[in-house]
Amino acid sequence: MNTAYILWLRQLKRYFRSKPRVIGSLAQPLLFLVSFGFGFGSIYQKAGNGNYMEFLAPGIILMSVLFTALFSGIDVIWDRQFGFLKETLAAPVSRMAIMLGRTLGGATVASLQGIVVFLLTLLVGFRPQNIVMVLASFGIMFLVAVMFTSLGTWIASTMEDMQGFQLIMNFLVMPIFFLSGALFPTEGMPKFMLLIARINPLSYGVDAIRGTLIGVSTYGIHLDMVVLLLVTAVFLVCGSYSFSKIQV
Amino acid sequence: MAEIISVKDLTKRFKALTAVDNISFTVEKGEIFAFLGPNGAGKSTTIKMLTTLLNPTEGKMTINGFDPQEDQNQVRQSFGIVFQDPSLDDELTAWENMKLHAVLYQVPAKEQNQRIGEMLRFVELWDRKNSLVKTFSGGMKRRLEIARGLLHHPKILFLDEPTLGLDPQTRNHMWEYLKRINKAEQMTVFFTTHYMEEAEKIANRVAIIDHGKIVAMGTPEQLKTQTGKKTLEEAFLALTGKTIREEEASPLDALRARRRMHHH
Repeated sequence: MNTAYILWLRQLKRYFRSKPRVIGSLAQPLLFLVSFGFGFGSIYQKAGNGNYMEFLAPGIILMSVLFTALFSGIDVIWDRQFGFLKETLAAPVSRMAIMLGRTLGGATVASLQGIVVFLLTLLVGFRPQNIVMVLASFGIMFLVAVMFTSLGTWIASTMEDMQGFQLIMNFLVMPIFFLSGALFPTEGMPKFMLLIARINPLSYGVDAIRGTLIGVSTYGIHLDMVVLLLVTAVFLVCGSYSFSKIQV
Repeated sequence: MAEIISVKDLTKRFKALTAVDNISFTVEKGEIFAFLGPNGAGKSTTIKMLTTLLNPTEGKMTINGFDPQEDQNQVRQSFGIVFQDPSLDDELTAWENMKLHAVLYQVPAKEQNQRIGEMLRFVELWDRKNSLVKTFSGGMKRRLEIARGLLHHPKILFLDEPTLGLDPQTRNHMWEYLKRINKAEQMTVFFTTHYMEEAEKIANRVAIIDHGKIVAMGTPEQLKTQTGKKTLEEAFLALTGKTIREEEASPLDALRARRRMHHH
């Protein structure tokens, strides 16, 4: 467990020492929040759907968790190029523990990011239903963070270079985000898009976080949790396996 | 004496390239053994296979009685390694890099701080222990890597071109220290080099490797007698048909040295 802890700590230290990364990763959610929130707010309201900011804020919080978590896989490739990966892979500890430490570290960073974005949403007028459920929403952020950090690590473990990883990420990240119900309700979508939204694990994260923050849920919190836990477990297992097979 | 490393018919092919071509050798416990050869001869690839980082295409290996493919953890517990290319975390301090290594290599918690302090003083980086590694020069990084490789007192120490980019003084200093623990703790040292005098002065036995094959093996004296030459350098020329000097200045090497010096 010491192994997992020290590698978790490493991810956190690296994050907090990189000021541009901290600031840069907050700029994007803020941009989405302000431009979409105020841009589409009045149309949404006229269509009779109520307060758009209330609908959008939980989605943007999870967007920042998703982006940070998935892209933290890039650290594996970074470490491979700068050589540090060899140091951990030659060590007499299980690669499972190494993968776990890295993943939980990346997930912690992504969750902290989500919490900061949550605070930003308060500034632009978002009001969650009650404080206890806000704490529950932090738990969901962490679960979603673990899920996508594992996925990112899994993909990164099979790649040698940055370009390949970026390409796959760009293919993955936008569809996952757009077809999750984070920006607009999925109910009115055409059948095939609805189908994608249904098999998209982020949809259940968005649904769960909306359930906790504003008390509105489509699938129900139980189904959300079952799907999130199952998919996270699968990604973790596949990520660990793939990480344990890395050769340098 | 007992064999601590034994390699039989080891081969590694990357697509069309045969990096290591059917080599066999053994290293005795407590021995200092050198792989001498030009760049691209297959030295690093062999070390990677011995240290579980790369699977061989064919062949058998035993490290401290264990198979690097079957018993990875036991093998990893048996050695320390200093890699040819940088392997530090630049965003962490010298101390943090050492601490991470101490935890990964299961140095007892009570001894960690004392040993880290000892090793940092030994490589003269104690006053810079709280500086980020990215602010270090190439030579300083190398010294830190060596300190790190010795931190957990391994049974076998692998050093891949350990003195590349080090000034002669630090080089001597490092070898003196290594020979001391080699004697005191019976630590086996396996190193690769393309410096003649290093192989001749430091190693008990030398294997000359070229194009993935071991062309000759023995004590420096035996190699000289075998070829009827006065120096190891001439023996090398006789065995491989080239001097190692021209290889020394190969573009890849120059690039590596530069990368070490100016790496950020």
